[in-house]
Amino acid sequence: MTDQVGMVAMVGDVLPELVLVAGGVLVLLYALIAPLRLQLGAAVLALGATIVALALSVAMLAGPESLTFFDTYARDRSAIWAKLIVLAATVAVIGLSVPWFRKDPRHGEYYTLLLYSSLGAILLAGATDLKEFIAAMLVSSATGFVLAAYHRRSSPSAEAAIKYYLIGALSNSALLIGVAYLFGLAGSTTLAGLAAGLPEEGGPALVVGVALVVTGLSFKVGAVPAHAWVPDVAQGAPAPVAAFLTTVPKVGGFLFLARFVLALPPEAAGWQPLVAILATATMTLGNLACLWQVDVRRLLGWSAVSQTGYGLMAIVALGSSDLAVPSLLFFLMAYVSSNLAAFGVVVELRGRTALADYAGIAQERPALTGALAISFLSFIGVPPLNGFFAKLLLFAVAIQVGYGWLAIVAAVNTVISIFYYVRVLAPSYFDRAAGPVPVLGRSAGWATVVSAIVVIVTGIVVEPFVRAFAESGLLIR
Amino acid sequence: MLSAAIFIPIIAAIVFAFLPRPGAGGPVTERRLQGIATAIAAVPLILLVVAWLNFESTGGFEQVEAFDWIPTLGIGYRVGIDGLSLPLAAMTALLFVVSIAFPVDLRGRAIPYFALMLFLEGVSIGLFLALDLFLFFVFWDVSLVAMYFLIGAWGHGDAQRSALKFFIYTFAGSLPLLLAILGLYLVTEPRTFDMAEIIRQQPLASGTLYATMVFAGFFVGFAIKTPLVPVHTWLPPAHVDAPGPASAILAGVLLKMGTYGFVRILMSMMPDTWAQFALPIGILAVIAILYGSLVALAQTNLKRLIAYTSVNHMGYVVLGLAAAGTVVTGQEAARAIALTGATVEMVAHGLITGGLFLISGAMLARGGTYEMDEYGGLLNRTRSLTGLTAILAFASLGLPGLAGFVAEVQVFVGTLAIYPALAAVGLLGIVVTAALFLRMLQRLFLGPLPERWLRFPDLSRVEASALGLLAFFVILIGVAPAWLLDVVDSFAGPFVGRP
Repeated sequence: MTDQVGMVAMVGDVLPELVLVAGGVLVLLYALIAPLRLQLGAAVLALGATIVALALSVAMLAGPESLTFFDTYARDRSAIWAKLIVLAATVAVIGLSVPWFRKDPRHGEYYTLLLYSSLGAILLAGATDLKEFIAAMLVSSATGFVLAAYHRRSSPSAEAAIKYYLIGALSNSALLIGVAYLFGLAGSTTLAGLAAGLPEEGGPALVVGVALVVTGLSFKVGAVPAHAWVPDVAQGAPAPVAAFLTTVPKVGGFLFLARFVLALPPEAAGWQPLVAILATATMTLGNLACLWQVDVRRLLGWSAVSQTGYGLMAIVALGSSDLAVPSLLFFLMAYVSSNLAAFGVVVELRGRTALADYAGIAQERPALTGALAISFLSFIGVPPLNGFFAKLLLFAVAIQVGYGWLAIVAAVNTVISIFYYVRVLAPSYFDRAAGPVPVLGRSAGWATVVSAIVVIVTGIVVEPFVRAFAESGLLIR
Repeated sequence: MLSAAIFIPIIAAIVFAFLPRPGAGGPVTERRLQGIATAIAAVPLILLVVAWLNFESTGGFEQVEAFDWIPTLGIGYRVGIDGLSLPLAAMTALLFVVSIAFPVDLRGRAIPYFALMLFLEGVSIGLFLALDLFLFFVFWDVSLVAMYFLIGAWGHGDAQRSALKFFIYTFAGSLPLLLAILGLYLVTEPRTFDMAEIIRQQPLASGTLYATMVFAGFFVGFAIKTPLVPVHTWLPPAHVDAPGPASAILAGVLLKMGTYGFVRILMSMMPDTWAQFALPIGILAVIAILYGSLVALAQTNLKRLIAYTSVNHMGYVVLGLAAAGTVVTGQEAARAIALTGATVEMVAHGLITGGLFLISGAMLARGGTYEMDEYGGLLNRTRSLTGLTAILAFASLGLPGLAGFVAEVQVFVGTLAIYPALAAVGLLGIVVTAALFLRMLQRLFLGPLPERWLRFPDLSRVEASALGLLAFFVILIGVAPAWLLDVVDSFAGPFVGRP
């Protein structure tokens, strides 16, 4: 009897995920039977599934924080907030995708893949077990590869997908070997088991295992050393897919990385300096690579890499600072909304990529250019946008845990980043437009403008989010 | 009411941004827009005058308006006035009214221009009134963005490049400031950004590496904004290429944010560390005084000349602050005078140099160039232009009876008691400044009148009234400064611990 109650409770814990699974199946079935002119219904169904999942997740916020499914999955508030961010991003991406894929004969199936990819990121955010982690990584990555190649007759799209796949395959292999090492050392795959079973004194096997797992995770979040796919996907994949892949998988990846480092023995694995060095390398490399980009989409890709570098500063502070979890969650919220606004502008401008084509668009499309400016200023960290507050928290936690040098490096990188963001914005405001600026469609424009508004509003009305994030647990046992 | 002074211009700016572009009746609608914008800009001025009349000179923060913005992190929306911030905020409002009313080449983009100017007014007043470090920083950074667009879109010459240099340089200065604010925040107990609370707690004792790093962060951030030599190089291009009214705001208001930060944050919250470094700071100030005036002397470009005199004048301010921040006992009166002089110099310089930049904008509109050698003999053609320029130039060099003298005499009397050598060297700056302004007046207004300027128009009624208003206050402060000095002294006295 208790067993049955337990089973029902477990299923209740993952209702949003189940809704996404069922929604994906429904969308696929619909896409198979619906004629071309009714394929839009697939998007509507997908949107419905996402919104139902969102509502269920919001309801879960009030519930108790615990692990579920035999300690392999967490329903703490950090996971739920990550879920909300992923689902909100998915809604925005659906809005961007509808007009973009209107002419594609098989675009109904696209929404299934989108739903499953966001499911993969959600599973990753809540995973507290290495097997669960691998399964979630694979769901997220595999759907991502296909999504990146969705423009079947376009070679940039295929190239982006192949690069994504190859780097993903390599880092996934490293990941599996690392997981095997850690399982061997600890005797258990749950994070609680790792925390209990990993040798306190460290040792080469532990260091290798941790390094390999972190490498695999660096692929997901787009950090050094497995970052090379980000600019290619940003440039070559269909623009709404680029928006999705540079934001959503990162959320899951960051959350699992956070849980993982909390499970490691504090000093022995040496993970804090490792993550700090990865953060430095990622933000600096991403930043410097942006400086000579002449393609706006590729620039957004490298900027996504550098933003990941800043986010890793929150990981460095985990376990030593009470502001670490709020800074991580706030950074994810700020980054996702700003990045979606930026890519949304690209989508709404019908995929305009060359830097020269952005000259003078402010006169023709003031709202869109305003959204782009807001997104870039948020990346730079100008108040009162949410990117500024995220950077404030990241700097604060870095200083607090004794990594002041990391904050200084991030500050220097922020100053450097002004160059390339202004290189897009200045001509768009100060030069004259070359010709008319056509835009895509209504839902894409709305998704972009709403993202930009979120960037401003959550930068001013900060308290409810910070309070909620400060009270969010990040459980591993 | 203080919050209304901050947010009315900001909200008006947002409303402006959503207005449709003025129709085919171009100049008429633009002029009406300018009138509306000036009227809105006058509202904070009126509110601040009312606040001044209600000011009780208690020595603490008055008319405080606060609400808990982000209590989880100890961030609050807190604004208030004291003897330091009230004159600066009022000067800011006055300068904005004058600058928004001043004619400028709008290049067909009137609405964004007035929106940005009003927005910048609200933000600038907000910075001086802020009593929370986070709020202070928000206004600081936002002012950079607004000024960047003003220079880039309505500037001339190499406007975009100068705007970018301005933005990057000053933003690079704001990041050490942010890190220092965080460094200070993390050692308060309980963690708060409240300025009054931090001043009360004095959480960071001098002598540790951490304290020195935090001090360095603040110092670099404020030094770049002030600007102090050697981090002043963003100033001349930004000033020269900005439109006249924006230059006036840049010199009159934005530069004061740096010196205000020195007093309000660095000297109030880390006085021991300031006292530790007071002599090197004073030496830097004297270098700025001499360097600014000597380079200005060598200029042939009118705007660059005025820009370098700003470097020079901010040197006087920092010299006064350096003297005021020492902990020499028994010299409280001298330190109070130095601090009061520095503050009055901030106010006076804003009015004077703001006016001079507006005049240079008027010269550009009429003559098409800033090169002083192109002009000459304008005395007979342009009576009011000559008269107003003369008043402001004499005020800038410190002629008694005008505002600059009141400020500079106090700075030097105060500094003479603490650092006599520095004061003596600094006085040379005044001599050089006198020379350069007399040469400027001679080159522009005296001598033969070139053929092409036979029809050189004098100041219009709007221009003359705007500049006349500034000149009126410059003369008023010079002749009867008690109303200003009493307010500033209510802050300076308790600050130096005068019994």
